[in-house]
Amino acid sequence: MNTLANSAAVAPPGRVQMLRKRYFPTPLQGLVSVVSAGLLALILWKLLNWAFLSAVFGADGSAADCRAAGGACWSVIANRWRIIFFGLYPYAEQWRSALACVAVVAMIVLSCIPSFWRPWRLAAVWIVGTAIYYILMKGGVLGLRYVGEEQWGGLALTLFIFVATCLIGFPLSIVLALLRRSNLPVISRGTGLLIDAVRSLPLLAILFAFAVVVPFMLPGWLQTGKLYRVVFGAGLFFAAYQAEIIRGGLQGVPRGQEEAAMALGIGYWHRVGKILLPQAMRNALPATINQFVIGFKETSLVIVVGFFEILASGNAAYGTGEWTFAYREVYAFIALIYFVFTYSLSRYGAYLERRMAISSR
Amino acid sequence: MIRILRHQKVRNILLQALFVAVVLVVVVGGWRNAQQALSSQNVVSGFGFLQKSTGWDVNFSLLPASPNDPYWWFFVIGIVNTLFLGTLGLVLATLIGGLVGIARTSSNELLQLLGRLYVDFFRNIPLILQVFFWYALVTNLPSPRNAIDFGPLVLSNRGVYMPALNVGGWHVFAAAVAALAALALPLWLRTTRRLATPPEQRGALVWRVLAGGLLLAAAILLLGRTPGSPLIDAPLLQGLNLRGGLRVSPEFSALLVAIGIYGGAYIGEIVRGGFKAVGKGQTEAAHSLGLSPWQTFSRIRLPLALRAMLPILANQYIWLIKATTLGIAVGFTDFFMIVAVTINQSGQTLEAIGILMAGFLAINLSIAAIFNRINRAIALKGNQLRS
Repeated sequence: MNTLANSAAVAPPGRVQMLRKRYFPTPLQGLVSVVSAGLLALILWKLLNWAFLSAVFGADGSAADCRAAGGACWSVIANRWRIIFFGLYPYAEQWRSALACVAVVAMIVLSCIPSFWRPWRLAAVWIVGTAIYYILMKGGVLGLRYVGEEQWGGLALTLFIFVATCLIGFPLSIVLALLRRSNLPVISRGTGLLIDAVRSLPLLAILFAFAVVVPFMLPGWLQTGKLYRVVFGAGLFFAAYQAEIIRGGLQGVPRGQEEAAMALGIGYWHRVGKILLPQAMRNALPATINQFVIGFKETSLVIVVGFFEILASGNAAYGTGEWTFAYREVYAFIALIYFVFTYSLSRYGAYLERRMAISSR
Repeated sequence: MIRILRHQKVRNILLQALFVAVVLVVVVGGWRNAQQALSSQNVVSGFGFLQKSTGWDVNFSLLPASPNDPYWWFFVIGIVNTLFLGTLGLVLATLIGGLVGIARTSSNELLQLLGRLYVDFFRNIPLILQVFFWYALVTNLPSPRNAIDFGPLVLSNRGVYMPALNVGGWHVFAAAVAALAALALPLWLRTTRRLATPPEQRGALVWRVLAGGLLLAAAILLLGRTPGSPLIDAPLLQGLNLRGGLRVSPEFSALLVAIGIYGGAYIGEIVRGGFKAVGKGQTEAAHSLGLSPWQTFSRIRLPLALRAMLPILANQYIWLIKATTLGIAVGFTDFFMIVAVTINQSGQTLEAIGILMAGFLAINLSIAAIFNRINRAIALKGNQLRS
């Protein structure tokens, strides 16, 4: 060690020496480096070989070709991608489903741009985006053929559930957080009880309750489709978690801010809307992004209450006689779709965190 | 009138009364609607159905079960199944998470990269997708005739077979309790302040307790052994099926693997956060006192990191227990699935949902209580997590 340090002081360290210091400072560390590098290379090679080198591409590949090649059989995706993306949506109308997905993705991307972070602009983007989605998917107006919710499916349905969950859950979470920090004991305790009860239950149980139990409890004039009930359940669950995140953000706002506003005679709504919430949302931003990521992943649970979202349509895509062996390819493809969404969202969250760390310095 | 409304106190009382009224209308209205709807379907409300026999069976149970058993017994089975899967999942996830966390905090960049790839990959794919994947993987394994030998394990599409002890179930349980006590009691004896002898002089006692407990466990196992059979029962191919050994069903193994891997990614991040919270000065001080790297790790960094991560870990454990409800997706009879099937079969919707809520509330509160106790027991005086 010592001699190494001395020689480094005399001559500028060469590349070899740098590498040695980095990966082989002690024999044990060297061993760890070699094993890790070997493992990494093995995983990379196996993956490359399976997914590309000995894989079968294109819609022409048959099941027999795939078995012979030994690698991934992407032909199943080439043949069945429509069911994965659009589910049981009428074949001739699937362009509408595709456009609706594009509209939702554009809406999500737009709301990630800081200049859209004004309450009214955000609300406008989301309401317009959801309306476009809804009109495209459901039809019945503008000469589009009517397609009922029971025929929605695939990625389009997953995106709808995510967007609707956020649209219900986010405003509700602000309401719940404000009610919970109310000075009135009955209101704050009651809201706290609701939030804790929802948080202590698994999401699956809540989805199940809203799909199966709630129709018994609603009066006739409130009966809606199962999809909307389940989405409301998911929104409630999202709101219970998000409310706690916002509460944490509110607690991070210095007490003096509210006191100063009160001393100036600013009313409750202005105080909350213009002073407390903007600062609280800023504190809560990283955790909020994380909650959106979790929310997106949890849309997949609706498969249990019988919806044909992307995972269920994936099961259907390989479930037919010819392709039953190709479950790996289908799951890998769906995992990739989820990964692209959640990973880019969480990277975006990390970027925001860094950005805020700089501006608050 | 308006002047009265402007009065702060009056307004507060009115607002709260309004809140209570809304809640009451929603709850009472929902309850009455449900009662009417259910009674029109000839469902008798109340908990009398708990005594009726179910008429359906469960596919996995640690306790004896038959379709003649009453509903309350099936709920007990469901809770035991959930706790069993949850506990094994927690242990597996904690082991994986510990390894991943240590890899991510190591000074070796290649190891860090491995850990990061693991976390990024498994955390960004929904758990239910991973459960489906592992389930499809197990059910697509070769039939028992061509089963894959994987060390002591035998893998086939009927499940994973592993060597088992030829010992009755209750004896295994009792032996496990004795062995756990033999390991846990010495730890307590070494640290407790309730005994008169000072901790340094308890060495002999500790060893005696340890040896005694392990001997007791071995004795229980030998006692409960099925006479005239080998102690260890390995799976063997007989005809078209595997005989002997312990069969872990595809459902259970898929859930366990998925929960372990997915939970491990999250716990790995918690472990990393815990180590990051330990101030650099602590490590530097330990080095300057001449402690070896291992001593620095085991005596300084690990205990401090554990304290920092415990509260977050408790939340994660509660989450993992709740994740066992995914059993319904592949047909594992956990607590939630039993409740769902009960609602389907008996129509006792409100009661079953009430039992579900009570069950999960009890599980969550007990985990929280255990962790609060641990947290209080090991809490440090003052703040030692500073840099």
